[in-house]
Amino acid sequence: MSTQLTPILTKFWDHPTSWTLETYEANGGYQGLRKALQTEQADLVQMAKDSGLRGRGGAGFPTGLKWSFLPPPDGGPRYLVVNADEAEPGTCKDIPLLLAAPQFLIEGMVITSFAIGCHHAFIYLRGEVAHVHRRVQRAIAEAYAAGYLGKDILGTGFDLDITLHSGAGAYICGEETALLDSLEGRRGQPRLKPPFPAVAGLYARPTVVNNVESIASIAPIAANGADWFADMGTEKSQGFGIFSLSGHVTRPGQYEAPLGITLRELLEMAGGIRNGRKLKFWTPGGSSTPLFTDQHLDVPLDFESVAAEGSMLGTRALQIFDETVSVVRAVSRWTDFYAHESCGKCTPCREGTFWLKQIMHRLEAGTGSQDDIDKLVDICDNILGRAFCALGDGATSPITSAVQYFREEFEAGMHTPASELFPPGRSTLFAKETQPA
Amino acid sequence: MSAETHDPLHRYTPLQASDEPYTEEQLASLRADAEQIMAKYPQKRSALLPLLHLIQSVDGYVTGRGVDLCAELLDLTRAEVSGVATFYTQYKRHPNGEYTVGVCTNTLCAIMGGDQIFDEVSEHLGIGHDETTADGKITLERVECNAACDFAPVVMANWEFFDNQTPESTKQLVDDLRSGTPVAPTRGASRVCTFKQVSRMLAGFEDGLADEGVGAGPASLEGLKLAKERGWTAPDAEETTDPSTEDTTSDPEPETGEEHSSAAQPGTGEEKDA
Repeated sequence: MSTQLTPILTKFWDHPTSWTLETYEANGGYQGLRKALQTEQADLVQMAKDSGLRGRGGAGFPTGLKWSFLPPPDGGPRYLVVNADEAEPGTCKDIPLLLAAPQFLIEGMVITSFAIGCHHAFIYLRGEVAHVHRRVQRAIAEAYAAGYLGKDILGTGFDLDITLHSGAGAYICGEETALLDSLEGRRGQPRLKPPFPAVAGLYARPTVVNNVESIASIAPIAANGADWFADMGTEKSQGFGIFSLSGHVTRPGQYEAPLGITLRELLEMAGGIRNGRKLKFWTPGGSSTPLFTDQHLDVPLDFESVAAEGSMLGTRALQIFDETVSVVRAVSRWTDFYAHESCGKCTPCREGTFWLKQIMHRLEAGTGSQDDIDKLVDICDNILGRAFCALGDGATSPITSAVQYFREEFEAGMHTPASELFPPGRSTLFAKETQPA
Repeated sequence: MSAETHDPLHRYTPLQASDEPYTEEQLASLRADAEQIMAKYPQKRSALLPLLHLIQSVDGYVTGRGVDLCAELLDLTRAEVSGVATFYTQYKRHPNGEYTVGVCTNTLCAIMGGDQIFDEVSEHLGIGHDETTADGKITLERVECNAACDFAPVVMANWEFFDNQTPESTKQLVDDLRSGTPVAPTRGASRVCTFKQVSRMLAGFEDGLADEGVGAGPASLEGLKLAKERGWTAPDAEETTDPSTEDTTSDPEPETGEEHSSAAQPGTGEEKDA
């Protein structure tokens, strides 16, 4: 039986005023909070564990387990920080979620804060999405007015404030410790771990940092129960997630489905590759996850199956490229991105991405030298596992996987420009359909 | 910075260059706003990023006098403030145009047409990346992924979404912005606010436009639309949470959560979110 979509977080995005508290409550909103506030805090942490929810921001770390790492209360503050710095290339789920239905996040934050004993929570939202700021600001204001935030929430004596914090354009701030430094008013550079944020996070206090979709999912889990969530998905990758299809598909968009769905199934839903063309390569979870090809159409998109095939589920950002696209050009541009966004703190990433960029530019221009491919692979080898944070590792993913699957295109980069082999005009959205593939 | 025929406003202005002091009124209003921002945080240094947005809302970029003020308000050195201001791409180091037009040229958008859009708009305006038209209206930028890949190619105007762009539509957009013709983002407010207005909003001051625009664009709704057509819904809570119903699917029921050893995966135990 083929997998079916499960609209939960996306369920009422088509409502004309989907973002209001009224619409949210009409769709069962804040029922989870009411139940949660009647539950012991430890039981809520257990609920998150039992649900099997794993971090939706890319790493897939079990959410409940992360909460349970907080040391016992010592009377001082504990913080929840939501990572809304969505900027991984290809990833486009949190931003539409916050634009369409921000109350999911607010409810999830109140439940989570109650569970971990937090009274001041933060949303770190990237700065480059003006209207999402307005919607989240409005959602917070509505929640205060309705008594879901502030003092004595729903008469339980529990207090919580939420501060919306604007980033200012830095991909690295999606890394949780860089995010914390940025939130403290510093350059966004990652911290040495340990200590992990659970022990010494924001202002060196115990802190949980979770992704938007993770915390948003807590609201329906609290309402419907851990088993309801755990029964979806696969044995070790439970629940649902938003799969974002982009690029050369007929109907790109957001498809909310149980983990374990395959690209073949999703492509069928999205009308296949545009204009009957062929799939060439794709990312399972953003540009930091090694590329897949048409051999991987039937890999279940869950954490284990994708890892077993040498990539990562990441953020379920499925960027689809058809056969008109030069893989060298694609990888070259991603490499520009990592070089631009490298924070400069550690040498392997700062220097390595700089040199990777030089080589990729040569290969794209058709002026690569004979040992460039080996040099690329060697530099990647010296970054992977040696960089301070996952940004450096991510920079190597597209390169090593592309060399693995499309080595001949890199070899062609020693004599022929990518734009000659793959004229860019044929790949665009506005390409004339009459142009031969 | 190659233009001979035109004179881009963009000149590299050192951060500390603007020595002209704020007027009394400007200063009073900046201090009052800063007070509100700082009150949102347990430690005032956290207010630095929003304060820099606030400076841009008045000065149009991060000025030397703005750096001085932030340093004074937060008990930091000017070097500490400058160090932060220069780290983030949204903070401008020279006078910005009234509208920042950012063409996404990260891989997916570039391939879907972003490269061609950028080239044509750049030629149309006679300016390159991070340069401003002589009338002070448009600063053109290449931007990184803006989390709207299903609407590629995407152009941002003062951080509002213009989806599914073509070279023609973006040239029209910049022409309209320059001439003052009203333009509406695809998903956003009913108009494009100025750089200074948006900076103020990012500093944390509501502008009352949240209820304008759509909840979701067409691509965001594709999955939902299909689910409705095919009658697909998420399972009901009752079906799965009622323990009295015999569960024949032999759920192994391990210690879910703790057994999931994603921490054992090298390199992925860290939360690289973004």
